[in-house]
Amino acid sequence: MLQLILFNVTNGLIIGTFYVLMALGLSLILNLSNVINFAHGNFLALGGYIAFVLTPFIGFWGALVLSPILTAILGFVIERLMIRRVYSRDPVYSLLLTFGLAFILQDVCRYIWGPNGLPLGVPDSLSQPLSQDLFFITWYRVFMIAVVVVAVASLFAFLRYSRVGVRIRAGTLDLETVAVLGVNVRMLRSFNFGLGSLLAGLSGVLAAGQIGLNPNMGDDLLMPSFIAIIVGGVGSLTGTLLGGLLIGVAAALTTIFWPAASEAVIYVIMAVVLLIRPRGLMGEEGMLT
Amino acid sequence: MNSATVAGAVERRTEMRWLPLIAIWALLLTAPFWLPLLGGYTALAGRVLVLGLAAMGFNMLLGFTGVMSFGHAAYFGLGAYGAGLTLKYLAASTPLAMLLGTLLGGLAGTLFGLLIVRRRGVYFAMVTVAFGQVAFYIAYSWNDLTGGYDGLRGFERAPIHLGPAVIDIANSPNAFYYFLLFAFAVAVALMAFILRSPFGRTLVAIRENERRARFLGIPIERHIWLSFSISCFFTALAGSLYALLNNFADPMALHYSLSGEIVIMTVMGGMRAFWGPLLGAAVFVVLQDYISSMTVNWMSFIGLIFVLVVLFFPRGLLGMLQRRGAA
Repeated sequence: MLQLILFNVTNGLIIGTFYVLMALGLSLILNLSNVINFAHGNFLALGGYIAFVLTPFIGFWGALVLSPILTAILGFVIERLMIRRVYSRDPVYSLLLTFGLAFILQDVCRYIWGPNGLPLGVPDSLSQPLSQDLFFITWYRVFMIAVVVVAVASLFAFLRYSRVGVRIRAGTLDLETVAVLGVNVRMLRSFNFGLGSLLAGLSGVLAAGQIGLNPNMGDDLLMPSFIAIIVGGVGSLTGTLLGGLLIGVAAALTTIFWPAASEAVIYVIMAVVLLIRPRGLMGEEGMLT
Repeated sequence: MNSATVAGAVERRTEMRWLPLIAIWALLLTAPFWLPLLGGYTALAGRVLVLGLAAMGFNMLLGFTGVMSFGHAAYFGLGAYGAGLTLKYLAASTPLAMLLGTLLGGLAGTLFGLLIVRRRGVYFAMVTVAFGQVAFYIAYSWNDLTGGYDGLRGFERAPIHLGPAVIDIANSPNAFYYFLLFAFAVAVALMAFILRSPFGRTLVAIRENERRARFLGIPIERHIWLSFSISCFFTALAGSLYALLNNFADPMALHYSLSGEIVIMTVMGGMRAFWGPLLGAAVFVVLQDYISSMTVNWMSFIGLIFVLVVLFFPRGLLGMLQRRGAA
């Protein structure tokens, strides 16, 4: 029983870290640009597929670094070409635009790499289990959590200490004032969109190593990421972090007792949060309401 | 949009323009006769009516109240499952199936609306889309009742008994089309009545300037909640008709991609026009039918429709006509 609980808690943490990476990227874009990126799960899939293409040439480690960067560049370009055109319009247009992009990107992945699952090879050293007793935890899982911890810490440090990071945070609170102070807001938003895509690409590579690749691998992560943002509170990245971990672990623990309800429990959490604390755990009143 | 065009649009809606109205109904009434000549089939016209009704119901919220829900597929699908389950387990009665399906979807929307009326903009959209998926997961996981991934099968729409007369909607596609058209007409008339009432006018006032409406003493939250609820009832009615049309209810009718399609139909047709969503539904359904028969990469084309409409035709087809008429 203890092992079962441990197994599910680890699972929950790992799923939770994926929710966190996805949701942080979504949250960055939502906070600064007021856009819900429905194509975020497809950026994740693209990140995985790019790693799949790169691995034979530069190995897993090279792909782990390069693939998120390429995904970020792709996100940056898509923002420049399309998404920035709808910032000044009713939010319904940005939703429809990213919705259409999601369809196209998913179909492109299916067209190039086929509808069936593909494996992404990880180094042998990572595929061993930790020990006899902990046979269900491979080093790869530990490695994933470590990468996510480092990535999230770097993101928060970047937003806290770098000049661009401070501008992103300021823009979240009051974009007009930031623009008046002479910051190139258009560039800032493009960069920020790229940063969000970088996180999606990184989770794509990590996820591909664990569960393999398929064209709609990001779809199942999209809704929980929305819920992580809502539960954590719109406007707060710390809240998103907490929300993602919370629903990941809650879903995994529910699996022990009632497997069929593991998806449902995250919606129940969202409903409870909306009822008791509509702004979310760490959300500020008045943000995006 | 400046105030002059807004006033113009409102005026054009109030003054009855009989000619387009006659044209629309003439086209709908004669669809079973001219559609096969163009290579279509009657069930396609039925799909247009059903999805058009869903989009028009949705547009009460988006176009006339200015609130963006991205989860209307949930109420559409609940309507479909409600009707299907009624026919399968309760009684072989088409009207009862429609009634219970509409109630299931509408009441679910009404209750959920209570949770979210204070949210606005993209946040409203995000909460509605996330909650919409609840219904999807329930239908997906509750295998015994709903058939899970394969969808709900094993029911058939029942003939309608009007006293001694029997309308055989089960076997005659044309009879069923006119039955759909009758339900559509009643629903649309009710919708027009609601939108022309003081309540409907108040919704437009909220859309145009929420703060001013609030200062005038209008209870904004209650109006948005009612508008959300009414629009869910119409969409759920469309969903119950959808189950009758296909004799089948599948989980994709609950999925958020259908929510997105309902939104794009509305925007493509013109969300500021009463008939816009119907036109958008007609164009979308026909395009989808044609493209998916031509290529396996139909998703790219559907996505492309989304992108092109947003970037180049944001006012929709009727919106462009109206502007041309005003210029």
